[in-house]
Amino acid sequence: MTLDLTLPPGFGLGWLEASGPYSDIVLSTRVRLARNLQGHAFGPRHRHREAERVFEQVRTAVSRAASLEGGAMLDLAALPALSRRVLLERHLISREMAGENGEAPPRGAALFMDAHERVGMMVNEEDHLRLQALLSGLRLEEAFRLVDRLDEELGAHLPYAYHHEFGYLTSCPTNVGTGLRASIFVHLPGLVLTKEIGRVLQGIGQVGLTFRGLYGEGSEVIGNFFQISNQTTLGKSEEDLIEHLQKIVGRVIQYEMDARSVLMRDAPTVIEDKIWRAYGLLRYARSLTFEEVMNLLSGVRLGVSMKLLPGLSVYTLNKIMIYAQSAHLEQAAGRTLTETESDLHRAAYVRRILAAEGDVPTSEGDSAAEGA
Amino acid sequence: MLCDHCGENEAVIHLTQIVDNQMSTYHLCEKCAEAKGLEPGINTGTFPLSDFLAQMGKGTGAEGGGAAGACAFCGLRLEDFKKTGRLGCPHCYVTFEGHLRGLLRRLHGSTQHVGKVYLPPDPTDAERQQRLSGLRRKLDQAVANEDFERAAELRDQIRALEAAT
Repeated sequence: MTLDLTLPPGFGLGWLEASGPYSDIVLSTRVRLARNLQGHAFGPRHRHREAERVFEQVRTAVSRAASLEGGAMLDLAALPALSRRVLLERHLISREMAGENGEAPPRGAALFMDAHERVGMMVNEEDHLRLQALLSGLRLEEAFRLVDRLDEELGAHLPYAYHHEFGYLTSCPTNVGTGLRASIFVHLPGLVLTKEIGRVLQGIGQVGLTFRGLYGEGSEVIGNFFQISNQTTLGKSEEDLIEHLQKIVGRVIQYEMDARSVLMRDAPTVIEDKIWRAYGLLRYARSLTFEEVMNLLSGVRLGVSMKLLPGLSVYTLNKIMIYAQSAHLEQAAGRTLTETESDLHRAAYVRRILAAEGDVPTSEGDSAAEGA
Repeated sequence: MLCDHCGENEAVIHLTQIVDNQMSTYHLCEKCAEAKGLEPGINTGTFPLSDFLAQMGKGTGAEGGGAAGACAFCGLRLEDFKKTGRLGCPHCYVTFEGHLRGLLRRLHGSTQHVGKVYLPPDPTDAERQQRLSGLRRKLDQAVANEDFERAAELRDQIRALEAAT
């Protein structure tokens, strides 16, 4: 375990690799477990230096946890605000921990990550511990197993707050019981274009699941990206919660593929035009807002997934999603950027990345490159 | 327990309301609850926590926490919880147990944890036994789901724990 005050360039971005099952439609799988320690108030009611005492207890347990051997620890209170925003944009820490509301996180707030950057935890968020596994594609069971193993290792040394009836106790009663929240980050442009999305989301709500936007709770949906997760955490076993989500997400993916087939059957030229326009704008525009990039990426992603834009990789699109965000652009520029500057830098970054990928062969002619 | 409204079916929804400083608890069956616009927990997508808390605390005023008092460990009062939706510490779950049971049923459709049984450091025999039965339940489930990798993992955990008892 190294104590690191700087942020390695690609820290925590293993899930961008697009290697998992259905990774053109499912960006990532995340499973998190909320845990708290006996004898301490929860995060929001911490007393003087209580977060530091929690941290010390956790650190001792981490030193004996095989899952985190050789991993990294980031002291969030000591990190520059920009680095914290970068971690937030990588979905590794919460808004509260990034200090988005203007307050820096308390001393004792930390992020742990294993050497393979697949499993780790936030310390001193709303709950003392938020164990999390983040993987590329649809890999719920694997993510659960990683986080469960870490939980076993830490629980052997830490006195968790546990109640015989209510299970693992959490700051918010919506997380109590298993403390498990499994989320699938999924791209559903076909369902949006065919206007079936409303029905699907309504159905999701009726089977005990919920959906959120790009940055979790309360955030808006942009670029047709949705996070689907379990709503309830108590009264079902971890395995049941995981299996149920797996089953429903599998069905949503099938609906999405059906919708895409319908689009290609009924309006192939419209779809192809949309995809190529999106690519053209990303490839050549001089100023782009983040929302614009996300919406255009949605079109391009659809094109790549449907093999209409050969040569482009999903990995490249994933990378753009992360690195075209404002904190990442500021980090690359080495200075604060105004909104206008940010839009210029963003467009330049996207152009550079897409140019490096080379020209995308069109379906007319150039067929030699098509199979490549 | 039978439904307070029809007196026929088993009550599954337990709703605590405080109106004009008077606390009353209703036990309703699924049918009557639905008739009153309260669906069972699993369909609560349209019924966010804040609404429920607001309803729960209607007209409580300053002495809303009177029934349960303040948490002896962290000092949180029931009205603080109603405002923020966050409990203060693990002990709050004991202090406000009665209130929480109704809330948890609404939120999750259940109050009974059936997931992993926690084995604390230096466990008692009773804690070991509870953990063992929890692990055996999971093992049965894993075998039924033909998840043999998970089953093997659970079998190892059971063996290790049995050896320690």
